[in-house]
Amino acid sequence: MTDAPPPLLDVRGLTAAFGRAAPVVRDISFHVAPGEAVGFVGESGSGKSVTARAVLRLAPEGSPLVWGGQILYGGQDLLRLDEHAMRGIRGRRIAMVFQDPMSSLNPVMTVGAQIDDMLMQHMGLSRRAARRRTVDLLGLVGIRDPAMRADDHPHQFSGGMRQRVLIAIAVSCEPDLLIADEPTTALDVTVQAQILRLLMRLRRELGMALMLISHDFGVIAGMVERVHVMQGGEIVETGDVDALFAAPRHPYTRALLDAVPRLDARR
Amino acid sequence: MSAPLLRVRDLCVSFPARRGRAPVRAVDQVSFDIAPGQTLGLVGESGSGKTTTGRAILQLQAASSGSVQLLGRELTAMSGRDLRAMRRHMQFVLQNPYSSLHPRMTVANTLAEPLAVHRSVPRHAIPERVAELMTLVGMDPAVVNRYPHEFSGGQRQRIVIARALAVNPDFVVCDEPVSALDVRTQAQIVDLLQHLQARLGLSYLFIAHDLAVVRAVAHRVAVMYGGRIVELGNAAQVYENPAHPYTRNLLDAVPVVDPARQRALLAEAAADPDFRGREGEPGPCVFGTDHAATATAHWHDIAPGHGVSCRFWPPGAAPDSR
Repeated sequence: MTDAPPPLLDVRGLTAAFGRAAPVVRDISFHVAPGEAVGFVGESGSGKSVTARAVLRLAPEGSPLVWGGQILYGGQDLLRLDEHAMRGIRGRRIAMVFQDPMSSLNPVMTVGAQIDDMLMQHMGLSRRAARRRTVDLLGLVGIRDPAMRADDHPHQFSGGMRQRVLIAIAVSCEPDLLIADEPTTALDVTVQAQILRLLMRLRRELGMALMLISHDFGVIAGMVERVHVMQGGEIVETGDVDALFAAPRHPYTRALLDAVPRLDARR
Repeated sequence: MSAPLLRVRDLCVSFPARRGRAPVRAVDQVSFDIAPGQTLGLVGESGSGKTTTGRAILQLQAASSGSVQLLGRELTAMSGRDLRAMRRHMQFVLQNPYSSLHPRMTVANTLAEPLAVHRSVPRHAIPERVAELMTLVGMDPAVVNRYPHEFSGGQRQRIVIARALAVNPDFVVCDEPVSALDVRTQAQIVDLLQHLQARLGLSYLFIAHDLAVVRAVAHRVAVMYGGRIVELGNAAQVYENPAHPYTRNLLDAVPVVDPARQRALLAEAAADPDFRGREGEPGPCVFGTDHAATATAHWHDIAPGHGVSCRFWPPGAAPDSR
């Protein structure tokens, strides 16, 4: 085996539990190389979303999570950083896109103002410079007439356009790693294909690594180099994407692959 | 061919728009039949009018014009007692099993309610019927005293299906019944719906945005765009020989479970065709011309049971300018 470049993110023995309940993620290890795309596939309750959020130390609403293990990023263990240092990582070096694009935006602020604010806070830009960058970003994610649309409110965008806005926000600080948790699950299939294309293009143009989380192997198929299959809080199978699709070893992986609806299915 | 169970003709639903604007035609001249024991898949994107079509058929939404006949009886002219009596024959299953069950009602009460409303069985026989319904949808009757939050999404959807079947309907509108579920649960619910159809002779209107989901269940498929049906045919005709470019676009969007092929599909620099305009307004025609072109397109029968509404049909012919 040749020496691989040092990973961007190196997760070792991660365990997460809500309070004293049984862990929802048990002793999982994985790494993400710079610029690499890694998929996490599993069903509700498999621990895939908790894993994604653990990297940013985001606990699901109101529930205290206990972390164990190490999340190494740039030589630091993110689990041991104080909240102030963590804020320097979150959104800047590692960014995240969630499933529901409506609840992630403020309904009473224009889309442009929300991105401006973030750029002023995170990047220390002036209002005028922030707006220029906001318009660039909206253009980058494929929103037509970005200067005009920046003054629209979230409800004036369709679901797919809102997800583009959130992706624009996520990539605004040119992160090293983008974590996308079911980014297309709430969208029409046609829009899903557009969002997946957009993520591919941004990954290439910005050289970011990608962690793509989905319950659907169809979404993962063309997007990543490696896949981790999660079940009951554990990684049950890991592999190169082509090998894993061609010859899944774990019965659970096979069941998930078989369940993807196909156009050639006969009655 | 036997008489259709459901016959929809020129169904239109309009919603008032802001002052000074023409009303929005959410459903525009929709016509189709569903035969007894068969499934029509109604496919289209958000805003295409597919949900409104389902609601208008069930008389949950008033039609502006057109006809809906179930079991030979015209529903649009009915009201009050007559309509309530017909509701026993038509039921629906919605997308979100989290919001379509009352959180403070046990499963037993949820299933007993339609039985009591429609007086389908004598009061003393209700518990027995509830247990029978649970078994029918593959659930253990022992759990009927639990509340919805104690069940997974797939189990909840089974309960929603059991509730729809409580009154022995002939026809069920399933509006995106699996899109909120994990893929493996989706497959189980689709299997259950098919099993119930075979056993009870049900007819379904199966609404979905994803042609792949409909593939396994539909005998016939209608593709909806901008309030209109742009293509209608037997499943094999529509999937293997799609005539409308919009249908082809929907087929192309379905992910392929083959990394190499899917990578190639995603890499195609194809400018994403934008079929939609601003929120709530019909988008431009699929050929980049305005929507009016779609609205005036004529229906062409291209094979027995297979038709398309496209201004540019047949391919290569001069555009139909009427």
